[in-house]
Amino acid sequence: MEDFSLIGMTSIITAGLTIAIGSIAPAIGEGRAVAQALMAIAQQPDEAGTITRTLFVGLAMVESTAIYCFVVSMILIFANPFWDYTVSQAGD
Amino acid sequence: MTISPDNIVLWSWGPVSLNGTLLYSWIVMLLLVGGSWLITHRLSSSTDISRWQNLLEVLIIGMRDQIQEISRQKPGRYLPFVGTLFLFIGTSNLFTIVPGFMPATGSLSTTTALAICVFLAVPLYGITYEGPLHYLKHYIRPTILMLPFNIIGEISRTVALAVRLYGNIMSGTVIVAILISLTPFFFPIVMQLLGLLTGMIQAYIFAILAMVYIASATSAHHQEANGPPEDELATSNETQERS
Repeated sequence: MEDFSLIGMTSIITAGLTIAIGSIAPAIGEGRAVAQALMAIAQQPDEAGTITRTLFVGLAMVESTAIYCFVVSMILIFANPFWDYTVSQAGD
Repeated sequence: MTISPDNIVLWSWGPVSLNGTLLYSWIVMLLLVGGSWLITHRLSSSTDISRWQNLLEVLIIGMRDQIQEISRQKPGRYLPFVGTLFLFIGTSNLFTIVPGFMPATGSLSTTTALAICVFLAVPLYGITYEGPLHYLKHYIRPTILMLPFNIIGEISRTVALAVRLYGNIMSGTVIVAILISLTPFFFPIVMQLLGLLTGMIQAYIFAILAMVYIASATSAHHQEANGPPEDELATSNETQERS
């Protein structure tokens, strides 16, 4: 029972912290990128297509870091190996 | 609440089981193939075209222009692969608004399969159009010291490709499922609209990134507009000869 509660607690808390802290930096980065892209489009409306496309590619790159955090938190909650192990041990 | 359509087992017979992912991806494939066949076996070159042919022409020309702009090469070689990626992912994500339909792209197995396709397509295109030596030289650029990092980058970008699509689509469906259980009618619809937007952007990004990776492997040494040898593809677009 000790193991259960401890592992569950740490997993959930860590998952929340992971997605919370891990999405700060990508959010700032994406915001800056969008702001710069808007400025560039405002200065050169003819190049809007190229700027937008490059912006999307860059945003996808930046976003992947946040997605890694998201995946780690998902694994912690839904597919936690330690949790599964303790459950299987308790089942015996 | 099901996280991915993998867990919906509709029909199982011995070792063979049909899960939701398979079913929905086959539905999308049948729609795309059947629809395209229906439209394209009655094409007309006059000005009086059906609206469906018009839709297909808009799609194809748009994709060709995008590929042309990214790769700075003739788009005909890459259009089948990249266009299929875009159409499949886009259609899957578009049908999230149909009740009972779960997008096949919301399961990690589908997205991994697509990402592995891209991972294999990059060296195939690179070796075909540049020769193996030129292609392998990409890995020791700028110096030989960068070789392990280039290999790691190749693998990690594939993982990122798979996980990005999966994470976006899955989170969209999960959020809608949670909201439906909490609040009634209105709010989930707003989130579904947002999910539609995200889905189309993700389809676009997936195809664009695939094209960028392929272009980086094929376009290193061709500074002139007349690139590597060309297959029998010549359309009279004025966008073709933009160098």
